[in-house]
Amino acid sequence: MTEQATREGFPVLWVTPEAWVSVHTHLRDTVARPYTLLADLWGIDETARQHRVGQPASGVTLASHLISPQRNSDIRLKCACDADAPRAPTLTGVYPGADWYEREAWDMFGIRFDGRDSLRRILMSQDWQGHPLRKSHYARATEKDPFVMTRESFDVTEAANHLDPASLGLPMERDGVELMVLNFGPHHPSTHGVFRILLGLDGEEIVWAYPDIGYHHRGAEKMAERQTWHGFIPYTDRIDYLGGVISEMPYLLAVEQLCGIEVPARAQCIRVMLSEFFRITSHLLFYGTLARDTGAMSPVFYMFVDRERAYKVIQAITGARMHPAFFRIGGVAMDLPTGWDALVRDFLDWMPARLDDYERQAMNSELFRIRTQGVAQYGVETCLKYSATGPHLRAAGLAWDMRKLRPYSGYENYDFDVPTRTEGDCYARTWVRAQEMRESLKIIRQCLDYMPSGPIKADHPLAFPPPRANTLQDIETLIHHFSGTAYGTQVPIGEATGQVESARGFTQYSIISDGDGRSYRTRIRTPSFANLQPIAEVAPGMTVADFVIYLASIDHVMSDVDK
Amino acid sequence: MSIAVAIILSVILIMALLVAAGVFTWVERRGLGFLQERLGPNRVGPFGFLQWVADTVKLLTKEDEVPPGGDAITFRLAPALAAIPVLAGFGVVAFGPGLSLAALDMGVIFILAMLALTVYAMVLGAWASHNRYALLGGLRAAAQMLSYEAFFGLSLMGVVMLAGSLSLGQIVEAQSGVWFFILQPVGCALFLLAGIAAAHRLPFDLQESEQDLVAGFMTEYSGMSFALFFLGEYLAVILVSALAVTLFFGGWLGPILPGPIWFGLKVGALALAFIWIRAILPRPRYDQLVGFAWKWGLPLALINLLLTGALVVLIGGRPG
Repeated sequence: MTEQATREGFPVLWVTPEAWVSVHTHLRDTVARPYTLLADLWGIDETARQHRVGQPASGVTLASHLISPQRNSDIRLKCACDADAPRAPTLTGVYPGADWYEREAWDMFGIRFDGRDSLRRILMSQDWQGHPLRKSHYARATEKDPFVMTRESFDVTEAANHLDPASLGLPMERDGVELMVLNFGPHHPSTHGVFRILLGLDGEEIVWAYPDIGYHHRGAEKMAERQTWHGFIPYTDRIDYLGGVISEMPYLLAVEQLCGIEVPARAQCIRVMLSEFFRITSHLLFYGTLARDTGAMSPVFYMFVDRERAYKVIQAITGARMHPAFFRIGGVAMDLPTGWDALVRDFLDWMPARLDDYERQAMNSELFRIRTQGVAQYGVETCLKYSATGPHLRAAGLAWDMRKLRPYSGYENYDFDVPTRTEGDCYARTWVRAQEMRESLKIIRQCLDYMPSGPIKADHPLAFPPPRANTLQDIETLIHHFSGTAYGTQVPIGEATGQVESARGFTQYSIISDGDGRSYRTRIRTPSFANLQPIAEVAPGMTVADFVIYLASIDHVMSDVDK
Repeated sequence: MSIAVAIILSVILIMALLVAAGVFTWVERRGLGFLQERLGPNRVGPFGFLQWVADTVKLLTKEDEVPPGGDAITFRLAPALAAIPVLAGFGVVAFGPGLSLAALDMGVIFILAMLALTVYAMVLGAWASHNRYALLGGLRAAAQMLSYEAFFGLSLMGVVMLAGSLSLGQIVEAQSGVWFFILQPVGCALFLLAGIAAAHRLPFDLQESEQDLVAGFMTEYSGMSFALFFLGEYLAVILVSALAVTLFFGGWLGPILPGPIWFGLKVGALALAFIWIRAILPRPRYDQLVGFAWKWGLPLALINLLLTGALVVLIGGRPG
């Protein structure tokens, strides 16, 4: 076992494949205050990497990121694999949540996991050739022959993606009664995106559920490797398309950590304020659609009126609505416009009464309660088992919020609470988010009252784009701007991680710079991906009507699942 | 009444009802829009009033397909079964003193029977669709029908006892002193609850439940077949409102204005209440609805019936 020197705030250890499982078991079971959360597991293709000083030889590296909620500390483990036929032992015996992550690593890197029954592709089509995140795999469609779909190729793809419950080991009958297989999604009004779940039904009771994802995969991690550091920012908005600027934050935190940029206080405050605005719009959409899924048709319309008001403010500040791409390396794109404070104050005065109203309409309604209380109940144990985070953990009783535990962008300066409940059912998850909106309003109020003055971008050579006034003076400053735009900022070699609490949970960007204008590897840990994993365990025993509410209470965004 | 006159009057009534149902869809959409801080359809004609005409034309010209594997004859028959019984039910409704197409002695029972028939439309439509969502919707329709029918009929028996008749006209006349919703508050509440279920409206539209079952029993329906189900639902709302007005709210009785106008106003007000309820309430799970029907609805209706019967016997005759 060797330790890798990084500028990360946590140890990064290289483990041999033989010790891979036992080290994880030790960290999970034996140590005091154990590392119970497998936050992420991913691969790194090392074959094209120039700068690996002090790291063991490796063709494809398998990395895992563990978190101990009690210690509030992380540890990252890496395992070197062969470049041509990478193999590693499976972690599913230690962390059941590793299941989907290992399937993803197989899908993207071709890593085979010993000790597992089968590895089914999870994001790509079943008949895909090659493993997309390998450096040898093409990134652009123009790098290969034109795509032609024939009747034959269509049939082959259709056949390859057919899900046969029997071949997945799912029972076709229970107590002698034949089960009805229901294809729930991917085009179903209540899956909240292109999400497919195969349900085995006895009457209306779910006997088993098999979630199938990948219908929204766009290869965001691959795109990160061909965009400049700066050019990837708009893509991060679209990973969690309801979170807006929230997912720009972890990416930039990581890049700025590599560059050694200190973001000025005003920019930090603007970032926090906008993030909280997006948390509110995202939670409002969740709140409304969950109420809609219980059959209450009105709240969602009221909430769209509120969202419109929030977007008015966001639009005035950023110029865009859902995906502003507003944060920049070292700060934000523009200063706040004249009159922004009046707009924000309007919104702050408007919202609380509306939230009270929703409490009466939804949370306190008897029919809403009987539809959500006790439905899809699971505790901290199950959440950690499948790496589910965010409101899932907080509704089950664990006050786990990155903004409090590891304050970033100045969150330590704000006075706000982390709402928790203990039931862990659909009602608790709704309640937690409803309260979080009030906390977000509190934070925005503090941003409004104490907005610092000063620059909105760091005075640092790597901050990008550089201030306009500094770029048009002479050929030196002009060429700096030009090359930064054309080839990308030269982010220093190294590895860095940015972690935030998004509206959906724990979001982490782990980036590697090889000294290029582009990222060598950008790993995106999205909360929705993990939050869907408990479905197979939680769904059995529910009715279809309850299942729809459970899905709504997960509050997943399919692009956040499939990346 | 000669047969020719009866036919002409029937046609006029059916036409009027079809228009009323069309207008009602517009009222509902504008009403929901008003309740939900949005506009609703406001483009076609003044205040969007002609939207229902445009929708009718659209639905008539849309392709109307039988899904592969479906049972074509049953599939076509089901939508007709959804609309025809409800239209027939209007035949006995008393719009004013002596103003009904057929003044049946058993008018109340006839309407209940016609409303109950619509469940066949759902079950058959679901079965013929060869679709699993539709099948689940059909199952729910049957389960729901069994549970609310049990107290639907019983809830209005108190009124029948008080009026001493099953004829709609005579029930209205029995209310000239006091409307029955004052004498029968429990019966009235239970009747309206079951009425929502009988008209398959939110919160009791479990067989359709677009959140979990896509569109339930009518998932596969399009064009005019779909429109007939739709029509049946809206007509059922009006029929249930008409029945409720007749049984509990004094029918055509009212000062100054002529009887039919009063009747229309009351039915309209109740139908608006249907829209209002739809706008504000979530939907219970179907086993919760079935549980409520058997554990609360039926016992309450029986107790109500028992007490009313005892009172009628004690006082010795019907009041009013």
